[in-house]
Amino acid sequence: MAELNIRERQAGDVTILDLEGKITIGEGNVALRSAIRRLVSEGKKKVLLNLSGVSYMDSSGIGELVSSHTTISREKGQLKMLGLGEKIKELLVITKLLTVFDTYSDEPSALNSFQ
Amino acid sequence: MTEETVELKLPSRIEAIGEAAASVADAARRLGFAEDALFGIDLAVREAVTNAVLHGNRQDENVPVEIGMSGTDEGLTVTVRDRGEGFDLSHLPDPTAEENILKASGRGILFMRTFMDEVAWERPAGGGTLVRMTKKK
Repeated sequence: MAELNIRERQAGDVTILDLEGKITIGEGNVALRSAIRRLVSEGKKKVLLNLSGVSYMDSSGIGELVSSHTTISREKGQLKMLGLGEKIKELLVITKLLTVFDTYSDEPSALNSFQ
Repeated sequence: MTEETVELKLPSRIEAIGEAAASVADAARRLGFAEDALFGIDLAVREAVTNAVLHGNRQDENVPVEIGMSGTDEGLTVTVRDRGEGFDLSHLPDPTAEENILKASGRGILFMRTFMDEVAWERPAGGGTLVRMTKKK
């Protein structure tokens, strides 16, 4: 089984990526990078990362969230995050990224926040 | 008294990172560390081995990364040694500084220091860099 499974669905013009597993160096961070690059190349620039199925992340995984945020922002798109578990949130607090990322605890609020 | 030791000598490739972290975390679990502490130990080992494999040994599979752990009911010490030239700690940028916050890398040592009680680097005889991390129960 892959370290990180990514399922894609659409809600209006927002693309939701449901992530399940671990985002760590090697397989997990590469899978997320590929998914984001593909969405950008398809012109899908409103992206919601659903992290509720992500159980673990290392500094490479955190770095990949930063890269995803940067890639989408550079394309004048919006990246938002949903369903951060307690541990993932703790890592974002330690790195001060919780103040940079746009995060939500429920999907309707996250979807409504897209402009 | 429960005692646990781990000794691994792994080729410097990405797969070594998860293997080392899982071995140390399993031993720490047998020592009775709580789930919260296990998360931090696993992450700190992961980051230390990542640094050793990527930066110290530059993913040269012919060069080993050596992981050691010794622990008791009271706490544990993990060592990770590479064969690299080392780095100057005083020149490491602060990943939480405004100018670095959107960089894609540079947070591993921050996690090691956050989740372990003590983290220190040594230059052992015979070369390379050794990081020693301790965690009390």
